[in-house]
Amino acid sequence: MEEIILEAQNLTVYYDGRPAIEEVNLRIPRRRITAIIGPSGCGKSTLLRCFNRMNDLIPSARVEGKVLFEGVNIYTPDVDVVEVRRRIGMVFQKPNPFPKSIYENVAFGPRIHGVRDRRKLDEIVERCLRAAALWDEVKDKLHQNALTLSGGQQQRLCIARALATEPEVLLMDEPASSLDPIATMKIEDLMRELTREYTIVIVTHNMQQAARVSDYTVFMLAGEERVGRLIEFGPTQQIFTRPRDRRTEDYITGRFG
Amino acid sequence: MQVRVMLERDLSAIRQDVLRLGGMVEQAIDRCIEALKRLDVKMAQEVIDFDEEINRMRYQIEEACLETIATQQPMASDLRAIIAATFCATNLERMGDHAKGIAKLTIEMADEPLLKPLIDIPRMAQIAKEMLRQVLEAYVEHDPEKARAAAARDDEVDALDEQIYRELITYMMQDPRTIFRATRLLWISHNLERIADRVTNIAERVIFMVTGELQELN
Repeated sequence: MEEIILEAQNLTVYYDGRPAIEEVNLRIPRRRITAIIGPSGCGKSTLLRCFNRMNDLIPSARVEGKVLFEGVNIYTPDVDVVEVRRRIGMVFQKPNPFPKSIYENVAFGPRIHGVRDRRKLDEIVERCLRAAALWDEVKDKLHQNALTLSGGQQQRLCIARALATEPEVLLMDEPASSLDPIATMKIEDLMRELTREYTIVIVTHNMQQAARVSDYTVFMLAGEERVGRLIEFGPTQQIFTRPRDRRTEDYITGRFG
Repeated sequence: MQVRVMLERDLSAIRQDVLRLGGMVEQAIDRCIEALKRLDVKMAQEVIDFDEEINRMRYQIEEACLETIATQQPMASDLRAIIAATFCATNLERMGDHAKGIAKLTIEMADEPLLKPLIDIPRMAQIAKEMLRQVLEAYVEHDPEKARAAAARDDEVDALDEQIYRELITYMMQDPRTIFRATRLLWISHNLERIADRVTNIAERVIFMVTGELQELN
């Protein structure tokens, strides 16, 4: 049995009073990669954003149901949302490094969380850049502006930045969709490396990517009324070789979507 | 759907080729038994030569499957259909080898008259051919029940193989001069028994292709 780190219970999200996803129940296993797939508009990014309360930033959004992180509902009022986002980090579709040096990008989070000691910061920067498989490429130019890096390097820098706050979970929203195949492969290899310590939840449009990198796959679909629902969850190898639900089969074999 | 046009075309071509290969193997079984009945060396040699074509067809199917996987990235039932096709092609090709084996044994025996009138061996061949045809129908129609029915007849073939064995043993015990011909008939019977086994293998893959479940039959 897998140990569960995150769990959605009867999760419904409304935008302007209209449900975007409805009654989602999902258990995310620790130190595994879980991929969320589905056609555009099925609510997969909405679901991902629920896991670290990113939907709080959208004024019209309202969340019902629970998200349990280590057994605690992160939507209860006394939960510190900054702490939630420290422990559940996020990497976005387009690399979005700060217009600062490579070093400062990684040191940013720890500084905010009160780390002042220079040696300690050096240590964190090196550890995170190594973990993000970027250290060897940037160790001689740590104080160069991050925007001079290639797209793939920038994305790995954003992963390093996310790791610097010592999270337990990394949420990734299409992390490789703006990268070329080689840079994509590096990110995928890196994801596999990261599961030694971290849990990863990834939203991807690229089914081959989900099939390649993930341990578990979630298939979501919005029906006529455009409300996203979880259709099937299972081990990736089962979802891609013998899905149980006809709709999953139709989607992954390209019959719609 | 536009996206599936290429994939559907590839899958349909592969399916047609598997059927064609099945037809070639059926013909090889037919011809080798006919050659045996008549002790016709020329016809037996034709079966042996024909095996090259069967082998070529098998490689053609494998290559088409490989190309489809590489270019279309098939998933789920499409992927299972392709894996099943390569497996069917391999097994059909091996059935062709068994027919070729029978033809070779026929040539070895052709200098002497047949040991006895052939009854059970043609019956075995007939059942094996019917099983083959039925399992190919199951493959095309995506019908796991039909695949099971085809495989179920393996018992009839096994029983005939056993019966032939017992009968030939008595010949050999009575007269050692029959040993050369009797052992060859035994091997022929065994080749047919193997052909029926391979129908069972194919039936298992047809069930896998349709249901996603790998289960051993018989």
